[in-house]
Amino acid sequence: MTVKHQVTEELLTAYAAGNLPEAFNLVVATHVSLCTEARVRLEAMEAVGGALLDDLDEMPMSHGSLEATLRLISDRPKEPIKAVPVQPEASCKVLPKPLMEYVGGDISKVKWRPIGMGAKQAILKSSGDADVRLLYIPAGSELPDHGHHGQELTLVLQGAFIDGDDRFARGDLEVADEDLEHTPVADIGEDCICLAATNAPLKFKGIAPRLAQPFLRI
Amino acid sequence: MERSASLPEQQPRGTAAPEVLAAGHGSDAGERDMAPSSQIRDTTWVEHVERIHTHRDQRAFAQLFAYFAPRVKAFLMKSGADEALAEECAQDVMATLWHKAHLFDPARASVATWIFTIARNKKIDALRKQRRPEPEDLPWGPEPEPDQADVMAMQQDSARLEEAIKTLPDKQRELIERAYFGDLSHSEIAAETGLPLGTIKSRIRLALERLRHDMSERPDR
Repeated sequence: MTVKHQVTEELLTAYAAGNLPEAFNLVVATHVSLCTEARVRLEAMEAVGGALLDDLDEMPMSHGSLEATLRLISDRPKEPIKAVPVQPEASCKVLPKPLMEYVGGDISKVKWRPIGMGAKQAILKSSGDADVRLLYIPAGSELPDHGHHGQELTLVLQGAFIDGDDRFARGDLEVADEDLEHTPVADIGEDCICLAATNAPLKFKGIAPRLAQPFLRI
Repeated sequence: MERSASLPEQQPRGTAAPEVLAAGHGSDAGERDMAPSSQIRDTTWVEHVERIHTHRDQRAFAQLFAYFAPRVKAFLMKSGADEALAEECAQDVMATLWHKAHLFDPARASVATWIFTIARNKKIDALRKQRRPEPEDLPWGPEPEPDQADVMAMQQDSARLEEAIKTLPDKQRELIERAYFGDLSHSEIAAETGLPLGTIKSRIRLALERLRHDMSERPDR
């Protein structure tokens, strides 16, 4: 599957280089799981990283480091082929694998908390200076009107949302920066589930949502 | 005339090639000028990883180690590790290469790219103390018998990319290197270099476009 709204070059480079906060890594890994073209682009970015590594000036290893590494190899038993917390046969129509590992199972395992107007959220555990959550927005409902202090990534997992002239469906990623004030609306037809990451708290415009912010951790 | 006298000039083949490489490490200028050898070198590294997988070949490992470990160490130090941590992590990355040799797929990446991804994951794990979510369908999934034509094409492309990177204008190259190795976002690069963010973004974009252009000049594509 290839989607219409793909990850930006800057984010993909930072993901390939390992320079994103964990919350953003999760969004990009999930997006790449849903978009073949983004995966090809990612592999190209990693190839650039490989070529740069190949061309780096060497930093000499300390004396005896090869012998130390060979000891490291013989001390450590050969790793099993794969150690993934989720069983290989486990799958979910809504959540791709990287997300299942954070939720601890399929969509039925998500611990939703109501945030008003029928909408729900589940904050996922991640370290670093960005937050990531799953959002559940009833079909046809608005997300509260908000601007941003930082960058916000929103990836659609089910249904779709409309933001201005753009429609975002499963696999599509919206990247919103500081200057964007927007009011995404879940498309009619199906309730919308998104994965959203922010590297700074969202600022809502109404008074009530602002009061609620510290409690909802938005 | 004794025509046969000139024959020994031929390139050593097969296992002899890596010896030359291993001996040559350290002489930077020589390496950078050896354009046609990039592909031979990349293909040779593939054979080395295969020998580790099939024969647990310590000699092949020693040659990979001599070439890549000091580069991985340099990468980790550029990412903010002190020398002791970088040394420890570089050893760990090379040990991982040994243990995961069966997962390397030469139809999908060069050895340098594969090692880069292992080193990057080590950086996230050891320096940032974070989990690294990976996309579904592991990119380095083992294929029983990778198609030799695919392997050849991938190693050719990688060699071309290495050459293309070497010929980037200095300013583009420096920024793309910092975006990869400096652990800096574009706005942090802006703050540090004093360059406006727009300039940085367009230079990085230019660099990537140039690489893409160089890569698409293949006559058969």
